[in-house]
Amino acid sequence: MSKARAAPLRTALIHLALIAYTVVALFPVFLTVVNSFKSRNAIFREPMAVPTPSTFSLVGYETVLQQGDFIGYFQNSLVVTVVSIALVLLFGAMAAFALSEYRFRGNTLLGLYLALGIMIPIRLGTVAILQGMVAAGLVNTLTSLILVYTAQGLPLAIFILSEFMRTVSDDLKNAGRIDGLSEYAIFFRLVLPLVRPAMATVAVFTMIPIWNDLWFPLILAPGEATKTVTLGAQMFIGQFVTNWNAVLSALSLAILPVMVLYVIFSRQLIRGITSGAVK
Amino acid sequence: MSDTEIADIEAAPVKRSTRWHIAVFLAPAFLVYTAVMILPLIETLRLSLFNMVEGQLAFVGLNNFKVLFSDPRLSADFWNALSNNVVFFIIHMLVQNPVGIAIAAMLSVPNLRFAAFYRSAIFVPTLLSFVIVGFIWKLILSPIWGIAPGLMDLVGLKSFFAPWLGKPDTALLAVSLISVWQYVGIPMMLIYAALLNIPDEVLEAAECDGITGWSQFWKIKLPLILPSIGIVSVLTFVGNFNAFDLIYTVQGALAGPNGSTDILGTLLYRTFFGFQNQMGDRSMGATIAAVMFLIILAGVSLYLFVIQRRMRRYQF
Repeated sequence: MSKARAAPLRTALIHLALIAYTVVALFPVFLTVVNSFKSRNAIFREPMAVPTPSTFSLVGYETVLQQGDFIGYFQNSLVVTVVSIALVLLFGAMAAFALSEYRFRGNTLLGLYLALGIMIPIRLGTVAILQGMVAAGLVNTLTSLILVYTAQGLPLAIFILSEFMRTVSDDLKNAGRIDGLSEYAIFFRLVLPLVRPAMATVAVFTMIPIWNDLWFPLILAPGEATKTVTLGAQMFIGQFVTNWNAVLSALSLAILPVMVLYVIFSRQLIRGITSGAVK
Repeated sequence: MSDTEIADIEAAPVKRSTRWHIAVFLAPAFLVYTAVMILPLIETLRLSLFNMVEGQLAFVGLNNFKVLFSDPRLSADFWNALSNNVVFFIIHMLVQNPVGIAIAAMLSVPNLRFAAFYRSAIFVPTLLSFVIVGFIWKLILSPIWGIAPGLMDLVGLKSFFAPWLGKPDTALLAVSLISVWQYVGIPMMLIYAALLNIPDEVLEAAECDGITGWSQFWKIKLPLILPSIGIVSVLTFVGNFNAFDLIYTVQGALAGPNGSTDILGTLLYRTFFGFQNQMGDRSMGATIAAVMFLIILAGVSLYLFVIQRRMRRYQF
């Protein structure tokens, strides 16, 4: 890694290409956020300009906050995402521990069974999921979403966590057993704290598709009281499609939480994806 | 009793009593996963073999599939959605993955400054929800706002501008490219990780033999990252044949104009759930889901049993 090869032209070209693609990646986001702070006229006349005192306006945000119940949507999304992640992590870690720690009949088979869901999308079972939720009286409840997202997140979580749990030292666990710890205590007090970095990675992986999902909220919980931010923004924009201030402000509000989380967790996320690269 | 089972028992002679804690650890995940994912999937596949006959749900064998493939009313929609979906996938394979690989290759150049910044910035679209991505691009490509024509004017290409999302011949390409823009981050990250994994000794040896730059990428690095490209491809395949959200937010459930962006996911939604004056049809919805399941299963099996086995892996 150490040799800086003398190829300034090549390095410059690489930077040029990467800067160009970075602009392509960020430009639409920039455009949305910048224009959400401008008056209607300025949006159309000078779409690329940053807001100046004369064009600055918050009218879009006012419309959004008055017309749509975005606070409520945020709460719903937050509840669904946090509870689902907690359940995925708890159930996933327990199952991963059982699969990686104990040898029992059917271990491999069970591991394969639980890994099926990594490749086969849960969406394909929607017809019967809706039927089941109707039968259980769970339609238009956040519980239905939490159940679906927990099931959706478990396969990958178990897969990643059991890889990590295999690396926890046997001596440590056996020392715990000699000290009279129960298997539950060994799991909760010895193993869980040690795999915390892996849990964080799984949490981030699980969170993004749940927060962004449109399909299940649309089908299982489209009611006003249970709308998530993604569905709420979609419906709001559909209604206010000609009110550009409101649309751009709603989009900016929907971008905000994702960006905040990304800034907090980006290191964790990138390390998770590129793990194995760290030798 | 197979050999492995015998080995299992011999390896664990101490813990002979029923180990309830194993069941306790496994039960919650197993129950939720089975009840909410596997059983509905099986039930959906089963439902695809049933339909309403004289007001009652009855076993009809493969008749639903026959209707889906050849009934003049439904089959046109189905074949249209399937072929659009294939085009959607091909565009991803031809644009998303090569661009992702190219960016990863540039990022992995040793001692490149700001690499972490580029990497984080290029990954941003992947995190945004489809609703955001769909509407931002709808606004940018809209002839009313004039962002796209204005930008093209800067480089003197204004005459080439057209309302791409609104024209049947270009809408599918435009939507696919929006999806590519959103998902380039995934191949970039996975390939980047694979490139970092190549040991320096291998590259140094190549340099000693005078293989550098481009030819080093083609002759040394590319063969070494082929397994990762395989994984990226199968992920793209599953994602594309299961896609719905972006089309729905950009073009609506009818996947207009004139069905030109309709893919299996949107067809499933309309058929199963109903839309405007069309009634929802559970059995035909289940049939489409079953077809999607078989397509995805075929793709994943092809990868697992054919491509992955033939691929050469190098151990360092």
